[in-house]
Amino acid sequence: MKYLRFFTIIFFIFVSQISNALENNLEIKITKNLRCLICQGQSVHDSDSEFANSIKTLVSQKLDEGFTEKEIYSFLKDKYGEWILYNPEFNKNTYFLWLLPILMFLLGGAIIYKLFIFKKKKLY
Amino acid sequence: MKIKSVPLIVSLLFITFFIIFFKGLKNSNIYVPNINYEKEIPSFTTQFFDTNIKINSDEIFKEDYYYLINIWSSWCLPCREEHRFLMELNNENNLKIIGFNYKDNIKDAKKFLDELKNPYSKIFLDKDGLIAIEWGAYGVPESFLIYNKKIIKKVIGPLNTNFVDEIKRLIK
Repeated sequence: MKYLRFFTIIFFIFVSQISNALENNLEIKITKNLRCLICQGQSVHDSDSEFANSIKTLVSQKLDEGFTEKEIYSFLKDKYGEWILYNPEFNKNTYFLWLLPILMFLLGGAIIYKLFIFKKKKLY
Repeated sequence: MKIKSVPLIVSLLFITFFIIFFKGLKNSNIYVPNINYEKEIPSFTTQFFDTNIKINSDEIFKEDYYYLINIWSSWCLPCREEHRFLMELNNENNLKIIGFNYKDNIKDAKKFLDELKNPYSKIFLDKDGLIAIEWGAYGVPESFLIYNKKIIKKVIGPLNTNFVDEIKRLIK
């Protein structure tokens, strides 16, 4: 009985820690995916500029208000344009960007197939 | 015939990528916000500079009147430089200049205004920079010309003679 009580206390401590960490994780994940506009090449999470600090405050405030990750992104996209997102959305401007790796993979595969496997079959 | 097409495709691909990346070299990768389209003004609540009275942004801006929003701070050097242009614009009859004090110490801000005179008809506080985000601003100073609750001109960085002339022309 004594042990049971002890373990339940430990269990609850861990659970609260985990939920705390999860909340922080989301905030970090969002700020890592935002470009700091005045310190190019750094994410908002990494930067300590006035702008980045404001964005961090904004993100944590919006999360408290119950905004989802996507809603925060679209809010900031509306204010600053798509450039602020590190992960650009899939639309007509970014088709090329998203599909190029797949295309290259297929093409490379085709070349390899043609050069090696196709040749081998002919030999047999 | 089939095997000869491979080097052809590869070299074609190489050339296309070369052209794409070569052109990309010349593109600027510095953030430039889109300033060419009219945008509705954001709505937010803010606080007067020297009192604790809170106010909604809908009450600040009336229709059929020109407003110049200026985001400034006492610690920002370019703000000091553009101050004389704000004083100049203050003489225009149909333009009201509204200041947003960005992440500032109130004492310093008051000293700044005592020293350089106050061109603002109203000043509001933006302690944590959240209102600047609502405006889509990312630094100080930034100015927005507003008419009929729409942003018709955005100036990033300090004002200069060209911008002042353009603003004067727009509000006529």
